[in-house]
Amino acid sequence: MTATLPLTVTGLGYSAGRHELLRGITFVLDSPRRLVVLGPNGAGKSLLLRLCHGLIAPTAGTIRWNRPDAKTRQAMVFQRPITLRRSVSGNIAYALSVRRVARSERAQRTRDALKLTGLEALAAKPARVLSGGEQQRLALARAWALRPDVLFLDEPTASLDPAGTSAVETIIDAIHRAGTCIVLTTHDLGQARRMADDILFLNQGRLVERAAPDDFFDRPRSAEAAAFIEGKLVW
Amino acid sequence: MRGDRKALSPPRGAVPGALNDRAPSSEVDTCLSRQDEPMSEFGAAFAQAFDLIASLDGDFVEIVVRSLYVSLVAVALAALIGLPLGAAVALFRFPGRHFVAVLLNALMGLPPVVVGLTVYLMLSRAGPFGVLDLLFTPTAMVIAQCVLVTPIIAALTRQVVEDLWRDYSELLRSLGAGPARALPTLLWDGRYTLFTAVLAGFGRASAEVGGVMIVGGNIDHLTRVMTTAIVMETSKGDLAMALGLGLVLIGLSLAVNGAVYMMREVAVGTPP
Repeated sequence: MTATLPLTVTGLGYSAGRHELLRGITFVLDSPRRLVVLGPNGAGKSLLLRLCHGLIAPTAGTIRWNRPDAKTRQAMVFQRPITLRRSVSGNIAYALSVRRVARSERAQRTRDALKLTGLEALAAKPARVLSGGEQQRLALARAWALRPDVLFLDEPTASLDPAGTSAVETIIDAIHRAGTCIVLTTHDLGQARRMADDILFLNQGRLVERAAPDDFFDRPRSAEAAAFIEGKLVW
Repeated sequence: MRGDRKALSPPRGAVPGALNDRAPSSEVDTCLSRQDEPMSEFGAAFAQAFDLIASLDGDFVEIVVRSLYVSLVAVALAALIGLPLGAAVALFRFPGRHFVAVLLNALMGLPPVVVGLTVYLMLSRAGPFGVLDLLFTPTAMVIAQCVLVTPIIAALTRQVVEDLWRDYSELLRSLGAGPARALPTLLWDGRYTLFTAVLAGFGRASAEVGGVMIVGGNIDHLTRVMTTAIVMETSKGDLAMALGLGLVLIGLSLAVNGAVYMMREVAVGTPP
């Protein structure tokens, strides 16, 4: 079976009116690594994820996946967890039905996803009454149930406390170990150190540098990256 | 039963509810001599109205049942049309979408008599649907109320679904659900709010009088409903019957609103 990766992004740009929000982004993602898109607020991290996931069409450049049906082999978790007005397991089952997963397989996949995220005891609870951390774990469970080759995570821990953050990071690790490529945005340096195999550093809509975490944090090549690491980046 | 009721008719020549300056002097005297009675007359009318309700008077029950039948069928049909129509206008992008949205909002205020007149013209013998012979039947009344209520349900649905789509669009598009797949999902997830939209439609239908009067004709034992009966009985001076029907109408409205309120409370507490 043809692999979903590599993902080849060439000269990617996005403009809203006269504002150029992203420009000249070029990179290749060729193996199921944990790619962390790092940058300050407003750098264009979330926009880049949405463009790669196909939620928005670029105004410049190209995004090429290795297979034409790559969209059906991805999933995305958003910063603010979106839950449908159904039970916890109903949320997962709905995603599986939209992706046309066979009925016979849905129950098992739902159970697996609930187990992975530690939500088994809450399976029958209405999703809307869960805490913020539980809702984000549900969003991860729903995404994982789809067995994606690539999982996009848009600042998934931005609104969580340290315990919630730790739980979500553990789940992301487990999903990655199962063979899923992780593309995660964050402005949290600690999280980038913990989670990244590779770092894309964005600032003001430009890709400033790409590096391995050790190189990025110890020997940043650009003044912007150095300033960001020191907490001095002002734009 | 109805023959036993005391008719509380105003004196001949007097305008009901107001002093009539042009009434003959003897009748003015009658009016003046009864000025100390209205409270007791109203009390008697209310007592008779409650009697009517409690005794389940045959004519009374028949009118109530017919009213419910006409309004519920009309609202059910309007919901079948209005819910998907409103959701489609919210979700699909097509030329003139904004015009349709404005039109739906504008049609919420359709005057019932204009709807009645239009349906009358359509169903009259010379009209395009005259061959169906529906004029002055409960079906004609259902059609008129359905025409009146559909824009209300559709316009409110459009707003509800548009708001929900704003919340859900990224998730649903990420899963691969287009507008056609999103439509039933959003209708289901917005069900408690949409019940209120349908309820607003029921309120409009059950309280409507002009349209059903024109296309139904207020024929006894055939097309007489609560609102048309209230108008007729009031003009005849049979306040007991009018008040009784009015009380049932208010009671129904309270019951339906209460049921929806309870349902929403339960839903907010423990959404399914």
